[in-house]
Amino acid sequence: MILACKNLSVRRAGKRVLGDVSCEFLPGDITAICGPNGAGKSTLLSALGNLIAPDTGEVTLSDKPLPAMHPLTRARNIGYLPQSAEIAWDVSVANLVALGRLPHRDEGKAEINQAIVACALDAFRERPVSTLSGGEKARALLARVLAGTPQWVLADEPLAALDIAHQLSLLAVLKGEAESGCGVVLVLHDLALAMNHADRVLVLHEGNLVADGAPEDALSPENIAQAWGVKARWLGEPGQRALITDF
Amino acid sequence: MTRATVTLMVLLALAIPLSLLAGRVWLDPATTPNAALILAELRLPRAVLALVIGAGLGAAGAAMQGYLRNPLADPGLFGIAPGAALGAVIALYIGATSGLVLPAFALAGAGGAMALLSLIAGRTSNPAHGIALFTLAGMMIASLAGALTALAISLAPNAFAMSSIVTWLMGALTDRSWDDVTMAAPLTLAGILVLWRAGRSLDALTLGEEAARSLGVNPRVLMGMMVLGTGLTVGTGVAVAGIIGFVGLIVPHLVRPLTDKRPSSLIVPSALAGGLLVLVADVVCRILPLVTELRLGIALSLIGAPFFLWLLLRMRRGVA
Repeated sequence: MILACKNLSVRRAGKRVLGDVSCEFLPGDITAICGPNGAGKSTLLSALGNLIAPDTGEVTLSDKPLPAMHPLTRARNIGYLPQSAEIAWDVSVANLVALGRLPHRDEGKAEINQAIVACALDAFRERPVSTLSGGEKARALLARVLAGTPQWVLADEPLAALDIAHQLSLLAVLKGEAESGCGVVLVLHDLALAMNHADRVLVLHEGNLVADGAPEDALSPENIAQAWGVKARWLGEPGQRALITDF
Repeated sequence: MTRATVTLMVLLALAIPLSLLAGRVWLDPATTPNAALILAELRLPRAVLALVIGAGLGAAGAAMQGYLRNPLADPGLFGIAPGAALGAVIALYIGATSGLVLPAFALAGAGGAMALLSLIAGRTSNPAHGIALFTLAGMMIASLAGALTALAISLAPNAFAMSSIVTWLMGALTDRSWDDVTMAAPLTLAGILVLWRAGRSLDALTLGEEAARSLGVNPRVLMGMMVLGTGLTVGTGVAVAGIIGFVGLIVPHLVRPLTDKRPSSLIVPSALAGGLLVLVADVVCRILPLVTELRLGIALSLIGAPFFLWLLLRMRRGVA
């Protein structure tokens, strides 16, 4: 089930936010979307989830345009984790995770349980979400997406505002999903996380796709200089790279 | 059936017979003359109407709070109650008060407010702005209907018309008949059903509008259900009993701690608790030893306003 976008462009208040982006996403891969603030990363992710209508171009899932799909079919296939960690009511963790089953119109007890276990939330099942720490809440919100057993997980900066231990535990869950055949697309600000954990990186700059490939290539010092205007170099071994910047 | 639903049903089972006996004159079925007639023609329709209207307002409040993700939301925010009130005031202004003409005018007012609301807010090109625009449009409709109602009062052709408008606006269940029940019950129940059906989408909104849409919620359909559900429940309530405030605000708060906090699990218990609150408040109005009977709308506002302040203080302390 391939998720693809073709000639995607989005304008907001007359300003081009995304211009003519085309790419294919492969199941089983973790794809990171990187770029400076305002590059169009979240807009691309929203368009991939059919949450905004592009001005031109289209997003397809297995060659079928997303707007032509029934919203519930689309929701069963594409799980979306927004950047905001909004939870309006103080529901229990189990009830929060159960929201992921809404597109299936079933109780999905087994799937909910599996998602709770995968995100190491077993001990928190009946806890109200207001009593969770930031990291636990992030895991609960990811579990909500996983409970829907989607073929695709789109997450907008899921690791932002998390400490390193929680970042790694969330990444481990996402890697497990990718290994089981799910496609994972993440907006990431932390280039080292993208370099070390993604299978593929897209770099956006002013709404254009300026690099697309293996992390080593897409996040080369030249591409970082072009997109972020920062002089930087990578240190360390593959998989354990650290980014060093010059002032 | 949840704990909250069972508890409320037991309370209702106790309150309903009591409300039939209570009044300025306490009814003793064995000794009071014409007891059967008083019960069947005066007290029973009044009790049923209190239950129906309260249930509608309670369910609408629960759904509104879920929809706006705000515990301070109230069905009055959408401008439907003021729209219905304007319709009724126009009927009183022109003297068309016979039979069900006044409720029909009020329903037309509620329908007009609903149509205007859908027309303004239903056409937004950006679904992310939907709920904010909807609320603002509702508040503007409420202001406009309020201003027109005030205008009608100030231009009332005679003192009698002005007095009947003001009295009606205070809300009451006095002298209501089975005709009112026959009109109000099906419409209100249909409204509660629509709101109940929206429960699942309201649950999804717990995660915000964007996440709800990603879960397959169609914002336009949900908005339509909210307009229809609150329009039917609140519009009918105002049509038969005038303005009865605060029920939609208070009831979901009282009930929420008894539920699992999901908006969908709040709607039915809020309907039951709303019915109970209005029934009890109406009994209090009847038995208070005042020269004239206390108006139900005033009684509920007297309870509601201090409660609202207490709620604000609790929220400031981060408890609510």
